[in-house]
Amino acid sequence: MAATTATPVRKKRPDDTKLAILFIAPALIGFLVFMIWPTLRGIYLSFTKFNLLTPPEFNGLDNYIRMGQDPVFWNSLVVTLYYVVVNIVLQTALALVIAVMMQRLTKRTWLRGIILTPYLVSNVVAALVFLWILDYQLGIGNKVIELIGLDRIAFLADSNWVIPTVALINVWRHVGYTALLIFAGLQTIPETLYEAGRTDGASEITMFRRITLPLLRPILALVLIITVVGSFQVFDTVAVTTRGGPIDSSRVLQFYIYDMAFGRFQFGYASAMSVALLVVLVIITFLQYRLSRAEQSDLA
Amino acid sequence: MRARLAALLSAVLVAGCGWSGSDAATTATGGGGTIEYWLWDSGQQPGYQKCADAFAKANPGLSVHISQYGWDTYWSKLTAGFIADTAPDVFTDHLAKFAQFVDLKVLRPLDDLAPTAGINDGDYQEGLAELWKGQDGKRYGSPKDWDTIAMFYNPVSLQKAGIDPATLKDLNWNPQDGGTFEKTIAHLTVDANGVRGDEPGFDKNNVSQYGIGSDGSGGGGWGQTQWSNFAGSAGWQVTDKNPWGTHFNLDQPAFQDTLSWYYGLVRKGYMPSFAEIGGNNPVGPDKQIQSGLAAMAFDGSWKISTFTGLTDTAGKKLEIGIAPTPIGPTGKRASMFNGLADSITSLSKQPENAAKWVAFLGGAECQDIIGESGVVFPARPQGTEKAIAFNRDERKLDVTPFTDQVKDKTTFLFPVTSNAADITALLQPRMDAVYIGDAPVSSLSTVNNQLNDLFKVAQ
Repeated sequence: MAATTATPVRKKRPDDTKLAILFIAPALIGFLVFMIWPTLRGIYLSFTKFNLLTPPEFNGLDNYIRMGQDPVFWNSLVVTLYYVVVNIVLQTALALVIAVMMQRLTKRTWLRGIILTPYLVSNVVAALVFLWILDYQLGIGNKVIELIGLDRIAFLADSNWVIPTVALINVWRHVGYTALLIFAGLQTIPETLYEAGRTDGASEITMFRRITLPLLRPILALVLIITVVGSFQVFDTVAVTTRGGPIDSSRVLQFYIYDMAFGRFQFGYASAMSVALLVVLVIITFLQYRLSRAEQSDLA
Repeated sequence: MRARLAALLSAVLVAGCGWSGSDAATTATGGGGTIEYWLWDSGQQPGYQKCADAFAKANPGLSVHISQYGWDTYWSKLTAGFIADTAPDVFTDHLAKFAQFVDLKVLRPLDDLAPTAGINDGDYQEGLAELWKGQDGKRYGSPKDWDTIAMFYNPVSLQKAGIDPATLKDLNWNPQDGGTFEKTIAHLTVDANGVRGDEPGFDKNNVSQYGIGSDGSGGGGWGQTQWSNFAGSAGWQVTDKNPWGTHFNLDQPAFQDTLSWYYGLVRKGYMPSFAEIGGNNPVGPDKQIQSGLAAMAFDGSWKISTFTGLTDTAGKKLEIGIAPTPIGPTGKRASMFNGLADSITSLSKQPENAAKWVAFLGGAECQDIIGESGVVFPARPQGTEKAIAFNRDERKLDVTPFTDQVKDKTTFLFPVTSNAADITALLQPRMDAVYIGDAPVSSLSTVNNQLNDLFKVAQ
């Protein structure tokens, strides 16, 4: 406005707001219709008694009070946390090692490509394949264990084994993708720093600790935020391999929510638990973001 | 230009919606005169296809499209279909599920539709038709078949153990020492060294063939193919009344003693453990007999064609025999008596046509076709006779261990209650815990209180 009156000589820049809106619209509509609206409706439904087929009835905080007293809910929260810890710690550590090896040891594209292949397999297929491999009676995994001279292990039917097993199946599938993200981060670290390090006679391990890790921090933080959020939402592997069992030992929150909504038609209570999961994820992401100073880089 | 672009975009969007909308509509109504029918048992599909062909011939302008989905997928697809308006016109219904559907108002009362208004209870095996009436007294399912439980066995395993199959019908059991039934399965159990379960030196932790197979903990269907025949022959009932019981009996000694003995068979090494059958993805009793893991196994009459179709590793047909459930402390044997029915969804756009098909499915012509296909026992007595004859003549198989339970009136009905999904969700993990050995049988008293509370809240 001020610009147009002050410099009438200069050619008026065309106002492209409308065009911008047009270009943003498809993504924005999708975001509103498929993300914001369901979230708001989910929050609303968490204050109702709703069986999907008859209209919801408002019931105040009943669902949240029930959640506080539901031992299965608290157990599923603990089980989910256990899963996330095993899954994320192993996955991140392995991915870091693979990424560093990809950068420092090999430049071959096909080798880097192979690392990503498990990620191309769908979760359900990966779970089914491992279900067969780890089968107690016929699985080749257990045959190998017997050949070594150990006792067969009921990987997916023993309370102590299910969560580590499910976590490892998902590590297998996701580690390549995580490694690729970290690898991209490694590429941003200037080679000159390593040259300087080598000149000073630093070993690979020292350079990893003193150069790679500190400079990788913002990327690592981003990777952790993405993978932790994804890990909390574990569902398909459990649905295929254990269906929450034995007893409640792999009844992760997402599976409990699904069963409550679509198995037991208690959509209101299931929505309340989804809101609880949302709150947990918001808090964890916020903490991760702050603690890892993800918005600052030491490279500057 | 911009306006034209926007118009084009919205046209595409509308077209997109329109397309999916009409797609949904064809699935729901089946277009012109096509009735959508769903079932879960692939073994029964050929028989019902014959019925569908006969129906189309008798009703020009109408046809039936049958879709089959496996048990788990079936129910989740159906539920999703009710929400998304893509449910079929007619579907095969189960007693464990239909009460929930009545509560959700997704079933159409058959009394309100002319072709099915005249369904007569007396045309079907005794007690079957009454099970499908809701608490409002209306009929929500037209009986199509019935099933009971018996013991399938591998004659070769029996021969090796020196057991005459003819003696199986006299087996008895009791919760103290298991009676002759336990003695038999102990003798049929063989460990890795070839030592039998009743011989000294038997290694219960290293069994190669179990005397009796396992179909899981039975937490999902009142132990139908697991412990229901034992609990029934001990004189126990799940609820105070059936159908529509509101008080549960899982805290009664008759039940807990039975289960304590039953799961005790796992601890003795006569029955495979939860982990051995694959946990929550179990290998069925038929596969256990086929693979040699078990010598005998309880299963339902709907599995007759599965068992008789089993082959060994060389592809040779396996011999299979059938024996009745053992006689219990009451002096009688027992079997759960369950049946399937056809229900019409309230979403159906052509309820009268759907009702015609349902009436045809429950009629003598279709039931005879089903009986002659030998997969299940049709609900009409005449159809049942055809199925018995088919098994006797075509399969050389005596299925009277299933049918005698009905003739001798030793059956008890599948417990029909409201809140079935909640009951399963509460009971399944706790029954699994008892099977695994993580919790004592007495822990089921706590679950019993939870089940009773479900009905206090509801009232």
